[in-house]
Amino acid sequence: MGKVLDLVRCFDRMRLVMIAVGEKVLMRGCEAMAEAAIRAGCRFYAGYPITPQSELAEYMARELPKYGGVFIQSESEIAAINMVLGASVTGTRAMTSSSSPGISLKQEGISYLAGCELPAVIANFGRGGPGLGNIAPSDADYFQATKGGGHGDYRNIVLAPYSVQETVELTHLAFDLADRYRNPVLILCSGLIAQMMEPVEFMPFKGGEGHSQKEEKPWALTGARGRPSMVIKSLYLQDVELEGHDLKLQEKYREIREKEVRVEAQHLEGGRATPEERAKLVVVAFGTAARVAASAVEEAREGGLPVGLIRPITLFPFPRDFIRKAAEGTDRFLVLELSGGQMVEDVELAVRGRVPVEFYGRMGGVVPSPEEYLAEIRKRL
Amino acid sequence: MYTDLMVSGFGGQGVLIAGRLLSYAAMREDKHVTFFPAYGPIMRGGEAHCTVVISTRLIGSPVVRNPLAAIVMNLPSLLSLEPRVKPGGLLIANVDLADRSHSRREDIKKIFVPANTIAEGIGSGRVASMVALGAYIEATRAVTLQSAISCLDKIITEKHREFLHLDEEALKQGALFSRQGTGARGQGL
Repeated sequence: MGKVLDLVRCFDRMRLVMIAVGEKVLMRGCEAMAEAAIRAGCRFYAGYPITPQSELAEYMARELPKYGGVFIQSESEIAAINMVLGASVTGTRAMTSSSSPGISLKQEGISYLAGCELPAVIANFGRGGPGLGNIAPSDADYFQATKGGGHGDYRNIVLAPYSVQETVELTHLAFDLADRYRNPVLILCSGLIAQMMEPVEFMPFKGGEGHSQKEEKPWALTGARGRPSMVIKSLYLQDVELEGHDLKLQEKYREIREKEVRVEAQHLEGGRATPEERAKLVVVAFGTAARVAASAVEEAREGGLPVGLIRPITLFPFPRDFIRKAAEGTDRFLVLELSGGQMVEDVELAVRGRVPVEFYGRMGGVVPSPEEYLAEIRKRL
Repeated sequence: MYTDLMVSGFGGQGVLIAGRLLSYAAMREDKHVTFFPAYGPIMRGGEAHCTVVISTRLIGSPVVRNPLAAIVMNLPSLLSLEPRVKPGGLLIANVDLADRSHSRREDIKKIFVPANTIAEGIGSGRVASMVALGAYIEATRAVTLQSAISCLDKIITEKHREFLHLDEEALKQGALFSRQGTGARGQGL
């Protein structure tokens, strides 16, 4: 019987690989993320369904067991994040996903993960808020993602993909960063990326096809046979003791700020542009707004407008120094967001009043067109 | 090159599958493409719709408010989508379920295709959306008909394999109708 099951498993794996090898496939963002997570070595997923990303859980339910992984549809979002904590303690690559209201419920668990220094990947496919809001695409969870969300002095590493392809790439990166820093990594993208289908190419399986062996994690709780027992906790009752722990976390965040900033820039001085082509206006946008902005900026450049684009890919660490430097070579910034204005505060902090920072945002799930952004760019040049 | 299309109809009319086929065909032709379906409660009855954007460059937004072209498979879709088509754009209407008397626009090109009648003539009313897609492809050349036909096996599930050759025939008949009915080939929207 065991052999038959193995054969079935092998066959199913073959099928999957046949779909993806070297070929572009047309796939929904949230399903592509699920496939990428499995390839990145994720072997535990717990989640509770919510539009617009339930297909991610459906995909995991179908595919993860084929790789010896565990899928659990939990009774709530709170249970899901705590199951992820439990799986992570054992050294297993673990993830959960949800959309805005569900992510709010997970905040306590995320704070505990950070406090316990446990790796985990959490995907938030944002929808219109606050409250129950709606199910249309939104990036209004920037504050929640980058400034804590839960209690205490902690930071999530936050990645913001702007296409289905980049969602796949950043999912691999998310698992690697989570393990490297023993810290929760949040993938923040709007529900639009969850539901949109685009051509995508997958990266190979980590450690070879069908790999399910755990990474070497000396800190993981795997049974104390032959070694002293270990404790993973976030409880430190003595103030000085807890401060010591917090200082260690702060040192980690400093290192993350120093090493892990990822940002894409177009048409900025110092890049390919000559001084004559200097961007008098620099647009800053992430995620869904950034892809609409990229189109608008290209069109503006073709019309001779001196505009550039900065697209933060990591929201924490935020590309503060990069933007500060860009402020020396431009006349003003325009921050475009699918929110009432959240990342704009970080841009203002980076620019420190050197040049004006202006903002244009749409809320409630409205996705602006490139023409709309182009009009905003024109107004400022 | 840039073009976009919205497809709309009742759930079950093949609206999403028509959009996905077009997307696959565009991908086969190495173009940038996005497919954005209606999701959430919309999936659970009533109107189904999707948006396909095809371009030779990075696609800014997969969401389109005023499409260059629309395929409407029923009357509610005609009433809601026709006013949104860009001036000079294209409307493909399934005249079997959306009577042309309800069409108001004079500033767009319109093709009224009896998609259900043609589909039933082929062997199944279920391939009506492929008739409409064939008409669209012929009128716009957004992709080649051959690309679309060669991608059919990517989107037709095992369960519906017997419809494969009906789908192919439907695409061809739709294209033929478009060619004969309008005398136009490849307007290049």
